[in-house]
Amino acid sequence: MKVHLLYRDRDLDVTQPLPRHAADLIQDLELETVLNAMARGDRFVFETARRVILSSLVSDLETVRYRQAVLEDCLRQPALIRTLYQLTIEAQESERKASFIFFKDPSLILMRSVQILELLFAVLRKLRAIADEQAETFCSEGLRELCAMLQRELSDDYLARIEEHLRELHFRDGVLLSARLGQGNKGRDYTLRRAAAPQGPWFSRLLSRGKRAPGYTFRIPERDEAGARALSELRNRGLNLVANALARSTEHILSFFALLRRELAFYVGCLNLAEELAGRKLPLCFPTVAPAEEQRRTFEGLYDPALALTQRTAIVANDGHADGKRLILITGANRGGKSTFLRSLGLAQLLLQSGMFVPARAFHASLCNGLFTHFRRREDATLKSGKLDEELNRMSAIVDDIRPHALLLLNESFAATNEREGSELAHQIITALVAHGVTVCYVTHLATLARRFAQEHRPEMLFLRAERLADGRRTFRLVEGEPEETGYARDLYARVFASDLEIEAKPG
Amino acid sequence: MVFRSILFADSEQGQQAEANPVPACFSDLQLERIIESITTPKEDYRLRPFFYTPLRDLDLIAYRHEVMRDLEKPEVFALLDQFSKHMRTMHRYREQAQKLYYRYQQERWWLDAIDQYCQALVTLTQGLKQLPIESRGLQAFLSYLQDYLTSPAFLALQQETEALKEALAQVHYCLHIKGDAVTVRLYAGEEDYSADIEATFARFKQGAVKDYSVRLIDWQEMNHVEAQILERVARLYPSVFAQLDDYCLRYQRYLDETIARFEREIQFYLAYLEYLATFRRRGLPFCYPQLSLEEKASAAEDCFDLALADLLLREGGQVVTNSFALAGQERVLIVTGPNQGGKTTFARAVGQLYYLASLGCPVPARSARLFLPDRIFTHFEREEQIENLRGKLEDDLVRLRTILKQATPASLIILNEIFTSTTLQDALFLSQQILRRLLALDVLGVWVTFLDELASYSQQTVSMVAEVDPGDPARRTFRVLRRPADGLAYALALAQKYRLTSACLKERLPA
Repeated sequence: MKVHLLYRDRDLDVTQPLPRHAADLIQDLELETVLNAMARGDRFVFETARRVILSSLVSDLETVRYRQAVLEDCLRQPALIRTLYQLTIEAQESERKASFIFFKDPSLILMRSVQILELLFAVLRKLRAIADEQAETFCSEGLRELCAMLQRELSDDYLARIEEHLRELHFRDGVLLSARLGQGNKGRDYTLRRAAAPQGPWFSRLLSRGKRAPGYTFRIPERDEAGARALSELRNRGLNLVANALARSTEHILSFFALLRRELAFYVGCLNLAEELAGRKLPLCFPTVAPAEEQRRTFEGLYDPALALTQRTAIVANDGHADGKRLILITGANRGGKSTFLRSLGLAQLLLQSGMFVPARAFHASLCNGLFTHFRRREDATLKSGKLDEELNRMSAIVDDIRPHALLLLNESFAATNEREGSELAHQIITALVAHGVTVCYVTHLATLARRFAQEHRPEMLFLRAERLADGRRTFRLVEGEPEETGYARDLYARVFASDLEIEAKPG
Repeated sequence: MVFRSILFADSEQGQQAEANPVPACFSDLQLERIIESITTPKEDYRLRPFFYTPLRDLDLIAYRHEVMRDLEKPEVFALLDQFSKHMRTMHRYREQAQKLYYRYQQERWWLDAIDQYCQALVTLTQGLKQLPIESRGLQAFLSYLQDYLTSPAFLALQQETEALKEALAQVHYCLHIKGDAVTVRLYAGEEDYSADIEATFARFKQGAVKDYSVRLIDWQEMNHVEAQILERVARLYPSVFAQLDDYCLRYQRYLDETIARFEREIQFYLAYLEYLATFRRRGLPFCYPQLSLEEKASAAEDCFDLALADLLLREGGQVVTNSFALAGQERVLIVTGPNQGGKTTFARAVGQLYYLASLGCPVPARSARLFLPDRIFTHFEREEQIENLRGKLEDDLVRLRTILKQATPASLIILNEIFTSTTLQDALFLSQQILRRLLALDVLGVWVTFLDELASYSQQTVSMVAEVDPGDPARRTFRVLRRPADGLAYALALAQKYRLTSACLKERLPA
């Protein structure tokens, strides 16, 4: 029984390790804020959304569109999706309602499995009923196929057969085992057998009993506790296989519910996020997605949802036309909205890759083949290596993993050394990456580097600058424009340190 | 040639080896760890005494080399390994039979022990006959085996064992358990119920789940319920069990003494080769050294410290090999260079090389031509004893004096960072005095020191230097090279280190 709400042909694989730079992405893009909004306190939704998003760094058009369709269905019937999600939780609770599990006793394992299965089949019947009612209301392939699967696999006939088995498994006529002699002449290969059902009227049964193979019967005396234990151990050897088969089936059915819950959890998370952003009157749109090779990246009203979710003030949005651009170099004043823009671009790309809506009025972009961040770390916890050493080490790890058509976001990288060295290093690295087919988006203060790229000014380069009005105020918006020579840090400094500077300047 | 021992010229020599203590150089050279790694997997065979017994008999060493070379052929090794496994199983079964309580159970274990024994010998003999055995030792053992296996007594044992096993395998019965009643009868083809259940629930399969089958402990012993069942099974099959009684009575003593000794001694070779295999798989070389009792000039190519290599391979590290040569009048290797540069490792590697050669084993090197020393002396700096500096210097000198007294011109002496507890001037003075004495005695030696001056002391000393990677001074290469002592420093080239220069990136990121 498959769920396939996230991929057309497979379920979400939670054992797949996340890319090794996932932790950097979470930190640099402030992904946790977005995940918390998706989770609304449901840890399971949080973890699931985190996994789905981070395992979509390399995605394909088909999967993105498949999920977009399912998500559109969900946005149309949010209540139904939440009901389904609750059912999966109910199914998982059945395990807790059953008696305590004692892993060393097959007959107890068997008893418990029968208990849980009775509860699970009750939920499966409910699920069948919903599928019967709602199949027609869905448009997406994912949800329609899920309904069809439930109707197919849980036929009335099959459900009846299960019930009969559950009755028989109480073994009211005793247990029949076969065995052979193993090492040291101890019994081995204990196999549970189904006694041939006696045929005919009672008197012929009585007669045929006499004709059976010769048998020797003995009884365990009432006071012989060790004997009784030994006997139940033998019985357990016979029940071991069937107890295992049943317990495993129980777990399979539970894991079907877990799977269903997980895949629904992602969409429940999307519903939550959509509600949170809508509540703040912020726009959302389904992006138009192009193949990676097309190098498309055009947007209107793109904003940073992480900032929007934590801040009550007005949110700055950016427009941009970066189709065909491989290097986007962002310069300009400190605290001018550069990092926020970089994050909004990264988050939008992440959500797009995951098949979600994006925080923008309009968003047209190519899929990317991997998303990487290299942000300047303000402090290095491990003093083992120097700062530049640490930065280069991280960059080298990225170079190991990066492929053509990946998107790399750099935020003040190589600022840990002097400008000349930093610029030279950055130029060598970025030039090689761009030539390799990587799209690089770089926020930098390295003037020498910016000047050098501006002089080269190749068509695949785009220069953005933090906007500053004539009176010196920042708009936190980015505009197209080549780097300016003067640093903006000076005026920031002048303002913050105004009083100190005055005192210093006063003669005598 | 009459077969006596696969390790020694005769069985008395083997007897004497049993009492040998751990040689003094073991701890400094980390031979203790090596021998422990080798012998631990085969603890039951008590192999350590064999490794505590260096040889000075070139013919016996050749005898061992031959056996070892035979065992290097994978088929020969596999055959003897399989033989050992069979025999170990047999010993286990014998012990079981003696421990257990119910008669039919004891008897069955005894039967299985004898069965293992027969199989072990037949398989080994047939195998050896077909394989290209060249060593004197294994050839003699094979002819011993062939005589033994064709003896009428062995043939009868074998035939009876087979017949009895077959009869017991045919036993198939049913138990019906209801309440406190157990009925034992013959099996009559009833259908498998577990399979049915499994098929019904198959459609819910979702990848791998936990295995809920309980590991019901299979006690070797029987409880009285099982014994009662077995007794009734015996009643269902009376003639088979009568036969079993008789068999065990007649075959109480069946194990041959020479075969038992061979079984233990051959483990020396198997254990050593098994240990080697892990290194060889990682491309590290071993060779049969060319040995001499007269010619002191020695040389080895690509030797390495086995104990360290063991650690490094476990952690996925790279093992560095080194070469050295003492030609003509050259006697002492003086090793200098930066800290953590692999000097001590090099000294150990040389020591291990000589010791392992004296066991008649292949040694960790690509090629080696060695003098066979009468003894190996070591004196390594001990970090834990620094509390009293004057005491330490004195202790150093006392120990060196003892070594110099005991050593003969045929000895090997390995010194590591001695005299570090005094001034440079004093250390130099003392070292020169000691070196002068070593050279006068004409012993072979390795000396790790921070004193560059020793390296060029005379024609008899050879200077070896632990190298540093010019591209990255932070990284040690652990290579020790024959060159004049010096103290090099290197500039940091970080981008190069992380392979992030334009040139490097062109390779890493093809356009």
